[in-house]
Amino acid sequence: MRALTWHGTHDVRVDTVDDPEIINPRDAILKITSTAICGSDLHLYDGVIPGVVPGDVLGHEFMGEVVETGAESTLKKGQRVVVPFTISCGGCFHCQIKQYSACENSNPVEKQDMSATLYGHPMSALFGYSHLTGGYSGGQAEYVRVPFSDVGPIVIPDHLEDEKVLFLSDILPTGWMGAENAEIQPDDTVAVWGCGPVGLFAIQSAIVMGASKVIAIDHYPHRLELAKKLGAEVIDFRKTDVRDALMEMSGGIGCDAVIDAVGMESHGFAIDNMIDIAKQKIGIGADRASALKQAILAVRPGGRVSIPGVYGGMTDKFPLGALMEKGLQVRSGQTHVQRYTKDLLEKIEDGTLDTTFLISHRLPLEDAARGYKCFREKQDSWTKVILKPGMEQGQTA
Amino acid sequence: MADRKTPGLAGAVAGIALAAGGAAFASFLAQRHKDGDDNAPLYTRKRPGTDNPIVGRTVTIRKPRAELYEYWKDFGNLARFMENLQTIRKDGDAHIWTIKAPAGQTVEVRTEVVQDVANETIAWRSLEGSDIETNGEVTFTDAPGDRGTRVSLVMFYNPPAGELGRAIAKLFQREPEVQARHDLKRFKMLMETGEIATSAHTEDATRRAKQQETGR
Repeated sequence: MRALTWHGTHDVRVDTVDDPEIINPRDAILKITSTAICGSDLHLYDGVIPGVVPGDVLGHEFMGEVVETGAESTLKKGQRVVVPFTISCGGCFHCQIKQYSACENSNPVEKQDMSATLYGHPMSALFGYSHLTGGYSGGQAEYVRVPFSDVGPIVIPDHLEDEKVLFLSDILPTGWMGAENAEIQPDDTVAVWGCGPVGLFAIQSAIVMGASKVIAIDHYPHRLELAKKLGAEVIDFRKTDVRDALMEMSGGIGCDAVIDAVGMESHGFAIDNMIDIAKQKIGIGADRASALKQAILAVRPGGRVSIPGVYGGMTDKFPLGALMEKGLQVRSGQTHVQRYTKDLLEKIEDGTLDTTFLISHRLPLEDAARGYKCFREKQDSWTKVILKPGMEQGQTA
Repeated sequence: MADRKTPGLAGAVAGIALAAGGAAFASFLAQRHKDGDDNAPLYTRKRPGTDNPIVGRTVTIRKPRAELYEYWKDFGNLARFMENLQTIRKDGDAHIWTIKAPAGQTVEVRTEVVQDVANETIAWRSLEGSDIETNGEVTFTDAPGDRGTRVSLVMFYNPPAGELGRAIAKLFQREPEVQARHDLKRFKMLMETGEIATSAHTEDATRRAKQQETGR
């Protein structure tokens, strides 16, 4: 089959690789109908996530048609399903308390040691996202092997087209959980750093959850425009002093909750960020966390900090004093996708949530490398890229 | 069967990740929660007072104690999750363990069960005349609430070739502690999910990965 494979920093290619096979009884094989490039794929593309091996098939946002099932799979051939990017067994302690991204059984034993060393514990496996999280082949491919197919995949009714439901795999529940972790109350002023797909979904979710005011922070005009259309007020951090503005816009109190939807490769001109960029370049890999640092200073005392943005390692010059002295609550984590898929599918069906507004480009799978390059370099206009294995080359919608 | 002096054998000795030195092991078992200032298991001490590494690991498995005990009690099942174990067959009261060694060799160990308390503990040791000496104990205790069962595997390890044996074991990436941890986590996967997770993408890749792990 054809699949997008990682070969090194800024080097991804569509190669011919072996077709996946059923290995374990609970597996299923999908024929991919739609898959997307995630902002977090850019961390792999930029080479800042450890444990990626040349030849790895990337992609953790995908859906498709069931074409093969293992003996214990509950799926049926021909069903259309969306697959959560977190691979979870459903039977361990963490799955039982719905902390699916901490599943104890999906990350293969021999792969657990590295993340256990780095984080103290191994985490659940993820599709197509380095060997720290299992080394499973991803879904930017014609076919994919889906383990524990009786737990994760959600069957999609025929009348909902791919583009409406594809993002149930990651960014929609990730944005939703980002807002949920901010414990939004009706009178709250909520600030969201980053108007990429996760930030935009967090903004939409925060508004659905009843926030009185949502303020979006970015510097790409088109992305700020999308945030504005959702009902957010916006701040361009290149033009405005963000903390000053947030204090004023929250009546001098500060934001009740802040959401970092940027993660480890944040932009910005703070001096510590420059040092962090230099460190990442020479491979001593401190996470750039300027958005998070700013958010911690901007949130009101006793406020809530939610971090859906991805971090992988350590960070320097962290405002720990502000965190403690102001008595902040911090919640974070890879999304417990399986916890949200059913409810969010209903919210898509009844029109509460719109998932298609951020799609900017649709490309054939064969053009995936170009998709990565443009998604990274033209972030203003390339807000979300969908790859279609069936689509003919040269066709761009 | 391999000659007990070969490096391959030493690798396998470490590979099984089971213990030797019956008397020392027994005294360890007796003292592990009494001897010391704190409540931590002896094998987590920073400076164990012995050259013989004590290997131990605990996992919590969301299954009833009796079910896990019954599965383990049938020693033939152990080969499903102990990756260096080829087979275990019964021979009268003893069990004969056939263990994979590098370069396609195997070694055999005869063990006897020295303690068996239903739903609580099973301990075994190797009998004289085995290719290697081993000692191990698995205990099952209730985890709080509905969390299932805590399963602890403790082994006493006395490599026959001393430090050299361990060095060779390391070379084969079969440090007993790592092996014990991996084996116990595979047991957990099998009990909780009915299968052992792999990110292999094809049957061929699964075979290749297995061959690499067993050094053959």
